[in-house]
Amino acid sequence: MKTPRASRLAAAITICLTGALSLTACGSGFASSSPESSGAGSGPITVLIAASGDAEATSVKDAVAEWSKTSGTEASVNVASDLAQQLSQGFASGKPADVFYLSPDQLSGYASNGSLEPYADSLSNKDDFQPSLTKAFTYDGKFYCAPKDSSTLSLVINNDLWQAAGLTDADVPTTWDELEATAKKLTSGNTVGLSFSPEVARVAAFFPQAGGSLLSADGKKATVNSAENVKALTFVKKMLTDGSAKFSSDLGAGWGGEAFGKQLSAMTIEGNWISGALSKDFPSIKYRTVELPAGPKGKGTLQFTNCWGIAADSKNKPAAKALVEQLTGTQTQMTFAKAFGVMPSVVSAESEFKKAFPEQEASIAGVEYAQTLPSQPGAADVLKDFNAKLATLQASDPKAILDAIQTEMTATLSK
Amino acid sequence: MRGNGTRRTGSRGNQTATTGWLFTAPVLIILGVFLVLPVVMAAWVSVSDWTGRGSPFAVGTQFVGAKNFEAIVSGGGLAERDFGTALRNNLYYVVLVVPLQTMVSLFLAVMVNGRMLKGRGFFRTAFYFPSVTSTVAITVLWLFLFNATGAVNKFLSLLGVTGPNWFQEPTGVFHLLAQAVGIGSPPPAMESGTLLGVSWWDWLSGPSAAMSAFILMAIFTTSGTFMLLFIAALQNLQGELEEAAMLDGASSWQRFWYVTLPMLRPTLFTVITLGLIGTWQIFDQIYTGTQGGPAKTTITPAYLSFSTAFNNQQWGQGAAIAFILFAIIIVFTVIQRVLLRERDSVPRRKRMNPKPSRGRAL
Repeated sequence: MKTPRASRLAAAITICLTGALSLTACGSGFASSSPESSGAGSGPITVLIAASGDAEATSVKDAVAEWSKTSGTEASVNVASDLAQQLSQGFASGKPADVFYLSPDQLSGYASNGSLEPYADSLSNKDDFQPSLTKAFTYDGKFYCAPKDSSTLSLVINNDLWQAAGLTDADVPTTWDELEATAKKLTSGNTVGLSFSPEVARVAAFFPQAGGSLLSADGKKATVNSAENVKALTFVKKMLTDGSAKFSSDLGAGWGGEAFGKQLSAMTIEGNWISGALSKDFPSIKYRTVELPAGPKGKGTLQFTNCWGIAADSKNKPAAKALVEQLTGTQTQMTFAKAFGVMPSVVSAESEFKKAFPEQEASIAGVEYAQTLPSQPGAADVLKDFNAKLATLQASDPKAILDAIQTEMTATLSK
Repeated sequence: MRGNGTRRTGSRGNQTATTGWLFTAPVLIILGVFLVLPVVMAAWVSVSDWTGRGSPFAVGTQFVGAKNFEAIVSGGGLAERDFGTALRNNLYYVVLVVPLQTMVSLFLAVMVNGRMLKGRGFFRTAFYFPSVTSTVAITVLWLFLFNATGAVNKFLSLLGVTGPNWFQEPTGVFHLLAQAVGIGSPPPAMESGTLLGVSWWDWLSGPSAAMSAFILMAIFTTSGTFMLLFIAALQNLQGELEEAAMLDGASSWQRFWYVTLPMLRPTLFTVITLGLIGTWQIFDQIYTGTQGGPAKTTITPAYLSFSTAFNNQQWGQGAAIAFILFAIIIVFTVIQRVLLRERDSVPRRKRMNPKPSRGRAL
């Protein structure tokens, strides 16, 4: 051959080594700056957010710009494409964003390695936050970061399909049996009665309705495979099997809201954010939201939230704190609520919110009895595995799924 | 390069050596900073308890030995099962993609290399096109095509086949086949025995529908690239041997199998090596397409390494997965090297010397 084999081989091996090694290089952030920081001081503030859409990004930018004008501190907002990855990179390099969105399941990881500043206890409005939210962002007895808003799950109903099926206001389901019956009535042709995403963040809303929960009240013990949860999951499976309910993924939709908007389902279980998504993508859909039907042990739903985290490595913590105080203030939160449909995280805004958004009554009512998903270190991974198992719920034994997750959750909590 | 120069004499030699070092310095520095240092760092992270804040070399990061590796390969927990699942998924991907893409690209190369073919340039460009398109764009395209109500299922329904909900169907194709012949549930022995936390029954599941879609996509996108390598090799071949074979009365299939293919062996080696590396490192399709779903049937070691480190803050375990993946790639490459070796080959040392080997036709 014209090309010597050896060199071609060498080239191949070099490519192989380079490829493999450069992959391994991905695992390390590259930084030499020291993690200690001055804490106090001046300097510009950077804000990193993960926006649900343009509306959210714009209103956060406006709010920050306004604060910047009055305080005289320069501040800029970046919208992350992959928040978790960008945060991790920032912490590893010692130059994180000063203020950022943080979800409860990430709190323990970043708090335990010292990346987060536990500032929320010293906020002037700290007693104004809803207690369940304060609890969600408390780690090791410290209230780490201020909840930025709140959402709860409720039942979303398509008015036109509802009327077409001959249903009236009196038929709004308030029990599991009624839910099943109405779902059956609404199922016809290409439309199923009820649809929701195959994930624990929807399905687990049924657990408190049966009297169950994922963790014990003190959050120290896993109670995933309790008899109540088995009952709840068996009910969900029954609805899926008899065809009155379907996972949104089985309908070819990315989430419950999409299936609902495309009229593939007449009802869905979603949070407040669906109002923003529907008005943007499916403005012609007429719908109403009601509280989730009660199970044998009463009402139950799930609450979701994010918080404003401040980095321990921030160069200007006092300013960052002042910014958060402003962003979680009653007025700013009402502005956000109007712009992208979230509920305020502070009690003082509740009555105003109810007045401004009477149609969101169900979500507000849910705050009273809502549960949050576990956020202990490692729990996010277990929940991910739970999601994976829920995808095959129709073909599996509910008890077996819950048993497997119970084992994993117990192992995680005892770490 | 510097060997002969330095040994001659005195200052002149030294100067040559210095010049040599000076010229190679940029490359050495770039390789050092962007390759060696990160690898050393990753190696350190894989045996440390670094938590992701500040430099891994800073005070306070402790050496924990093989703890991270143990958690992945024998921890008995979720980390081990995830790694086992990722290996299973990727193994099916590699085993199906590498031979298929090699065969398809060779077939395409032979076709467009044919002298009879009209419009060769057009076909070459058409086949090569997917290779120059970004993976992300093609992944998005694939998500549309393989949607539950997408073009692929529409086409299948014309043939009277009900297509699966591709990117949401977690059941493995071998399991589906087993169901079709009446084996709905696993034999008890295969249920209880496990390797890396995954039962034998699940090891034998085959790729899920979602993974199968990715397998088709890999073949679609990479065949063009490798076709190019094969075309280059085919054009390098002299026509005499083939003519001689023709005169000997060899059929066209015999000419291909006994004459052309053996001469393509070095290219075959390159293509398979590159294929093995590329398929074991599959990441971007998963990251943009499915994020590991449905039911974890598309998580791969590379994606798992990323999500373990960046999303779960388990940096040590993430780095450990990357190193195990590195070892797997090396092992697979060595295995195929052994399999593809010429059986009557000249010992390695002699082959480096051009004289004896020049005489042999490959």
